[in-house]
Amino acid sequence: MKHTLLALITAAALIATAPVAAHHGAATFDTGKELTMQGTVTEWVWSNPHCFLKFDVTEKDGTVRHWTVETSNPPDMVNRGWTRRSFKGGDKVTVVVEPVKSGNPVGRLLTVTLPDGKVLSTRG
Amino acid sequence: MPRRFVLAGLTAAGILCLSVVASNQVTRVPGAEYDSDFPNEKPGPAPRRDLSGIWEPARGPGDAIQANGAKNMPDTGRPEHQLPFTPEGLKANLANKPAWGPRLVPSALSNDPQPTCEPQGWPRIILHNYRTAQILQTPKQVLILYQFNRKWRNIWTDGRALPVVDDVLEPRFWGYSTGRWVDDYTFVAQSVGMDERTWLDNVGRPHSWEARVEERYFRRDAKHLEATITIDDPTFYSKPWVALDRLPLRLQPDSFDIREMECSPSEFARYQKEFAEPAAGVASETPR
Repeated sequence: MKHTLLALITAAALIATAPVAAHHGAATFDTGKELTMQGTVTEWVWSNPHCFLKFDVTEKDGTVRHWTVETSNPPDMVNRGWTRRSFKGGDKVTVVVEPVKSGNPVGRLLTVTLPDGKVLSTRG
Repeated sequence: MPRRFVLAGLTAAGILCLSVVASNQVTRVPGAEYDSDFPNEKPGPAPRRDLSGIWEPARGPGDAIQANGAKNMPDTGRPEHQLPFTPEGLKANLANKPAWGPRLVPSALSNDPQPTCEPQGWPRIILHNYRTAQILQTPKQVLILYQFNRKWRNIWTDGRALPVVDDVLEPRFWGYSTGRWVDDYTFVAQSVGMDERTWLDNVGRPHSWEARVEERYFRRDAKHLEATITIDDPTFYSKPWVALDRLPLRLQPDSFDIREMECSPSEFARYQKEFAEPAAGVASETPR
């Protein structure tokens, strides 16, 4: 029951978010998995075909891992209330990511909480 | 069926409906008008022989983003969406490695020409991402300006014939197009000579040098235009098939500013290096 519900909800969430990823395939992503991380923004790249956010995350052992997570393209992100000034280097953010299967620190950005508490989402 | 499965299904269906509704409500182009904004609207009559204006998918900007293939025939694996490939067409289809659909590969391993900013060509420009488009009419041409990739096409209406498709004809990514009014509200254009390197849609449906594309616009009323695309390619498909079926477009205010959506090779190269390759495991880490 638990697995059935989880699978159906995952499928629903995937379909609902499909327009966000209009250009590139979903084969690379660990679909349905979510990671929540606190990090420090190093760069916000406002570009086609997709914008991407780069940030550093300090692991429990003290090492720093550099993440890159994508959104949709600039016009679609404007539709969702994002701008090219949404982040600046050094911003402390909480990021929810759908990671890739390869294990690399790469993924699809789902939501991000800004230093002032504002939440930006790629889902609508 | 056990009650718990029914409950699970209903719950998921509810979440799906709410999510999709929420997505459609929020995701809109600022300043654009959609049919949902005018629930009791009774548009006036269609003007005669007039396609001009700025047009946006009437049901919302996501209505014609066709990531999984041509809207009327998406690559779902279902029998009703199976295309009538000839053996040669099937072979060409399998040679294309799309990043979407049932045959998807990681985007870094795809041979889709479009993400690298190669021209999408005709008709993929609208069978992949039919976003805002502006149509202009001159005495001899219909010109269509597309937001996606910031491209344009011209359809000759001066009575000229389409070129003969042979080994001499110069291939064009956007083909050669002529059109005419078949009645006061229906404009039909034919295109030939499309470069075979282009895909028909986002899941790699191919076309041959012999392909002919019909685009049909029906001016339904003062506010709406309907677009239909039919693929006729006897080399790759055993019969014509409808790729887009009466997609409703809505006329926007003439002050509506179409935002830029350009494909920049240098931006794509950076995206590929810093995101797509690490994502596919081609590179081990993301560069700083």
